[in-house]
Amino acid sequence: MTDSNNTWEYAPSLEGTSHIQLKEKYDLFIDGKWIKPSNNRYFDTINPATEEKLAEIAWATEDDVDLAVMAARKAYVEVWSVMKASERAKYIFRIARLMQEHAKELALIETLDGGKPIRESRDIDVPLACNHFFYYAGWADKLQDAFPQRNIQSLGVAGQIIPWNFPLLMAAWKIAPALAAGNTVVLKPAESTSLTALKLAEIIEASGLPAGVVNIVTGNGDTGAAIVNHPDVDKIAFTGSTAVGKLIQRAVAGTAKKVSLELGGKSANIVLEDAPIDQAVEGIVNGIFFNQGHVCCAGSRLYVQESIAEEVVRKLKQRMGSLYVGNPLDKNTDIGAINSKEQLNTIEKYINIGINEGSDLFQVECDLPSKGFYCRPTIFTNVAQSSVIAQEEIFGPVLTIQTFRTIDEVIQKANNSPYGLAAGVWTDKGSRIFNLTSKLRAGVIWSNTYNKFDPASPFGGYKESGFGREGGLHGLEAYLK
Amino acid sequence: MKAHKPLFSQIPKSPTIDKVGVEERVSRFQTRSIKGTAKMQGLSMVLSMIDLTTLEGKDTPNKVRQMCYKAQHLHDFQDGLPTVAAVCVYPTMVSIAKDALKDSSIKIASVSTAFPSGQSTFDVKKSDTQFALDAGADEIDMVISRGKFLSGEYNFVFDEIAAIKEICGQKRLKVILETGELANLDQVRRASDIAIHAGADFIKTSTGKIQPAATMQVTYTMLMAIKDHYDRTGIMVGMKPAGGISTSKLALHNLVMVKEILGEAWLTNEWFRFGASSLANDVLMQYMKQVTGKYQSADYFTID
Repeated sequence: MTDSNNTWEYAPSLEGTSHIQLKEKYDLFIDGKWIKPSNNRYFDTINPATEEKLAEIAWATEDDVDLAVMAARKAYVEVWSVMKASERAKYIFRIARLMQEHAKELALIETLDGGKPIRESRDIDVPLACNHFFYYAGWADKLQDAFPQRNIQSLGVAGQIIPWNFPLLMAAWKIAPALAAGNTVVLKPAESTSLTALKLAEIIEASGLPAGVVNIVTGNGDTGAAIVNHPDVDKIAFTGSTAVGKLIQRAVAGTAKKVSLELGGKSANIVLEDAPIDQAVEGIVNGIFFNQGHVCCAGSRLYVQESIAEEVVRKLKQRMGSLYVGNPLDKNTDIGAINSKEQLNTIEKYINIGINEGSDLFQVECDLPSKGFYCRPTIFTNVAQSSVIAQEEIFGPVLTIQTFRTIDEVIQKANNSPYGLAAGVWTDKGSRIFNLTSKLRAGVIWSNTYNKFDPASPFGGYKESGFGREGGLHGLEAYLK
Repeated sequence: MKAHKPLFSQIPKSPTIDKVGVEERVSRFQTRSIKGTAKMQGLSMVLSMIDLTTLEGKDTPNKVRQMCYKAQHLHDFQDGLPTVAAVCVYPTMVSIAKDALKDSSIKIASVSTAFPSGQSTFDVKKSDTQFALDAGADEIDMVISRGKFLSGEYNFVFDEIAAIKEICGQKRLKVILETGELANLDQVRRASDIAIHAGADFIKTSTGKIQPAATMQVTYTMLMAIKDHYDRTGIMVGMKPAGGISTSKLALHNLVMVKEILGEAWLTNEWFRFGASSLANDVLMQYMKQVTGKYQSADYFTID
């Protein structure tokens, strides 16, 4: 007989770290070689879950960026643009295969450097990143079929700047279509999460990709600015904050540079009264707590029809109680560490704003590790459309909940935002899905699911969420003349 | 116990179920990592929750006696193992099992109501149940009338369950939905709500005669019905997945699901059971692997 007073706790199940070897210092990957930064400066990258230093990362200067762009130009002119498309495809395919072979390492490094749970980097980030390379490898020699009756021409050198929330995946989103379309690349990972991009550089080196086709330069905002302002860059692809996106747009105004911006969001997740409620609750959790809420398309504004609001909120609170928050290396962890001290401060600032605005706070009661940057999953009820926390992007595990009475009302409220990246619609009725999806102004709309990504599916925003699309054929077109 | 006679009209509207969402949720339970002490504890719990079952046309008193011996002596080479929760047999075998288990606390569950099809008259179903109870059954595993359910006669199904529960009195009633015949998860949820409100102490997935049986999707849907009922009324209802759970891994995944949906209070054989014939030995093999570090061949574990 079992004792009903017994509790059954999962024993810690930590992913081992012995199968990876990080260098003490990472240089810049330019022209197929590892090069020291010209001013010999490096910065530390830390594990946000423990605040321990992982490695030193080179800080690329304007001169280094210039070197990288020159290498990319040379590789473009002499090798990549004149290579047979089917040969280019083989290289991209080879990178995908090598990434798969190193999947375990990539997942672990992603978790160490970024704080996301190992379950997510293992099951989502890394497989999706590999799939992007596989997908675009397939298109490389079929561009004419993809865009019939068009004179297919690549752009040249693409400067790419990516954020810290999905470091490897964003690198894949950027590099794979650029290479498939025949461009060469200078990519800058985010300052706090350079390691998987550098590991990818090692993989690219091992793949035998011709020197200079992909260059990885690490650094901070100045390094990014040097890429954006470089006169010999033909295209800027940026994923990150709306504030920086605006700076980039200003900087490239009046130049011939092509731009695509994938920026912030405050996406509406809408639950109608006939929704499959238990699955909707899962979708709400996945929408806002996936990757600690560091997701540009996070379903951070929840709209629930009044007749079911009480039930949904009650079930949501219960469900939050079974989330495991803690060490990202534990395979049972659902919510890991916040990416940086700065981001944690931002999130806490918004939580305080919410409290001061008079909204009702609910947080899961759980022990948090004593070191590292952690934030309890948080929801606010009694929120108005005019509340700051319902308008501004928080980029953390913080959900605002509003109620609505009619479908017209919720469409109005959902669209009443400077952003327009994504939305979710939960209903059992097909006709309602089509009605809502045709009226919501957002680049991606999920029905009865949330945060689903696929290489074949385009992704991008309306309004202040940016322009241009990544993924699918749309993503390829962004790298063609 | 319930104070009032249950009424069909009191059943709340069943929520809609999105199958894709359920599959996704269920896959998350399967990525929980159960190791070390958690695994030992889990395996031991699984053993204690098994309804060791033989439900065959060819069942004989000797077969039942042998199974009852196994139920009490799962693996005598190892100290500290629990016994199973119950044995599950046909009504005619109840007296045999009763005699074979007279010195143990193992319960005797009997299937009834013209198991497995339920295609008989109401009188036959009632006397079938009464016979099993008179022979000494502690628990009754009845089947619902799936034909009636699928033709929309929910009232009929409800009344049948309520009537059988009345016969059972304090004896626990498990209601088998035979989910493999109910076509979709919305129907599983509807049938769960009907059974719970008609007085089921346990709801059970399957007879073991129809595939698919206790898939995690189906068990998840039924657990959510139990949870909603508990949240609404404070009354606990038990769950018994049966059929198709033959590995330790799948059994542990089921426990993870129970823990995370219903909570630890349900992690006892009073509220959760596995209906299985071959699960016990797989669990024992895993258990001994944890103890000795060696994975022994199946021939070192007795089948009956």
